[in-house]
Amino acid sequence: MTGMKTIESTEQELVEDFAVFEDLFDKFGYLIDLGKNLKPLDDSLKTDNRMIKGCQAHVWLYSELKDGKIIFHADANADYAKGLVFMMIHVLSEHTPDEIINAPLNFIEKIGFKSMLSMKRAGGLESMIKQMKLDAVVYKAKKLN
Amino acid sequence: MTQTKEIEIPSLFDVQKIRKDFPILLRTMNGRPLIYFDNGATTQKPKHVIDAIVKYYTEQNANIHRGVHSMSQDITAEYENARVTVQKHIGAKHEHEIIFTKGTTESINFVATTFGKKFINAGDEIIVSEMEHHSNILPWQQLCEEKNAVLKVIPITDSGELRMDEYKKLLTAKTKLVAITHVSNTLGTVNPVKEIISIAHSKNVPVLVDGAQSIPHIKVDVQDLDADFYCFSGHKVYAPTGVGILYGKEEWLKKLPNYQVGGGTIKTVSFDKTEYAESPLRFEAGTPNIEGGIGLAVALDYITALGFENIAAYEHELLAYATEKLSAIENLRIIGTAKEKASVISFVVDGIHPLDIGMLLDAQGIAVRTGHHCTQPLVAHYQIPGTVRASFSFYNTKEEIDIFVNAIVKSIKRINKK
Repeated sequence: MTGMKTIESTEQELVEDFAVFEDLFDKFGYLIDLGKNLKPLDDSLKTDNRMIKGCQAHVWLYSELKDGKIIFHADANADYAKGLVFMMIHVLSEHTPDEIINAPLNFIEKIGFKSMLSMKRAGGLESMIKQMKLDAVVYKAKKLN
Repeated sequence: MTQTKEIEIPSLFDVQKIRKDFPILLRTMNGRPLIYFDNGATTQKPKHVIDAIVKYYTEQNANIHRGVHSMSQDITAEYENARVTVQKHIGAKHEHEIIFTKGTTESINFVATTFGKKFINAGDEIIVSEMEHHSNILPWQQLCEEKNAVLKVIPITDSGELRMDEYKKLLTAKTKLVAITHVSNTLGTVNPVKEIISIAHSKNVPVLVDGAQSIPHIKVDVQDLDADFYCFSGHKVYAPTGVGILYGKEEWLKKLPNYQVGGGTIKTVSFDKTEYAESPLRFEAGTPNIEGGIGLAVALDYITALGFENIAAYEHELLAYATEKLSAIENLRIIGTAKEKASVISFVVDGIHPLDIGMLLDAQGIAVRTGHHCTQPLVAHYQIPGTVRASFSFYNTKEEIDIFVNAIVKSIKRINKK
């Protein structure tokens, strides 16, 4: 882990990045901008079994294990959800299954806007977090076997 | 939709004065003055209704129908007066045709359960439309699955109007009921329910009307419509949540089996045989939402005092104004362009998810609804992920619409910023 940021430190960086914006509109705008950094997921990977259904927006999640670390790829059909997805990948990707399983992931609460919390449900983020942790559990189990 | 902003607000209709009746309109949202355009989801409450609820719990609380003491008798009288207010408001012939429920959804489930139990058999057909709210699809879909009956769907045109020619073709000897919305919650379309009922009746088919979205905007007369069942919710017409109405024609209510049974529904009970009361008590098991019923009557009195013609004219003016302003925004497409519309306007912006616009409007203090609005089959018709929906009340203003339109433009620019 030397030279590699911890999950907590990346979370803290995001919290600080958002703290710069006082106005909610600007916070949302920044979130949408973050989503633009997301690498588009190949359409062949946007399959139903990779889709996480939210009430309104949908997310597609794909993961792979490289050198003991999980690499996540994802896409969403709303810009706002793309921003959330980007943050999740930014925080969790390239960490070991154990680190991901144990990550507290409370930065969304710390960034602290209510609508984003409700988006955890509406945008499928809550299900996405569960799926990312589940992927980590599966990779860990495979390794143990 | 031909009316424009040239129409003057009736002099009796003073929106700024009316706004003072709604305390919540003074609050802010995300640091901005609240602009509440989510009236299709629920309406705000005038202080008259709030005061009535406070008075109920401060001075009047007692259980109805069973007490010999004065408090119980007084509140029973007020609750039953509320029933009469509802009866008169919708033009029902008898007060025992008015059944208090939790809301539109329960009213529809009530009919699906009781009518379904007695009158629906394998192979029978029930007709709904493509523009129904899930609450007027699922009870019928479930009933059809249980009884091996068939659910038929009236298609719509792209402007959001019912295909009446197709409706006529769907009515067959097997049709047992038509369940149709009066006003579409997503599109705002006002359906020709009187004609729909008349056509159904010519084949002896009863009709249930989902009036959740019509009751705040349209003067409903169930006898003029000749509706067999008419359902609506209190909270969409300035009354509290948790109370609604099922109107049922006397001849139908007499034929329906019990819905839920329990306290209040009976004349005498023994383990050998129970004798049930007549409608409406037979259908109202348990202690009801007393303050909700009273609040509903106060709300109906309030809008009656404003005058339905005034409300309709003013809301139509808001709709026409918003339609004109929104139509001028590049890449914005209004979904639902029927000739007859209530003050509901849905739209999409090409290339942008409705949710993104909704979130940025929220940040600017504007409450709208985004998504499928519990009408997934309808949204599927338009092949869109959902819409942004603004639904106006008589307490909204053109100034709010101006701010709304500017906020949409600002949101689109922010989303598309390179």
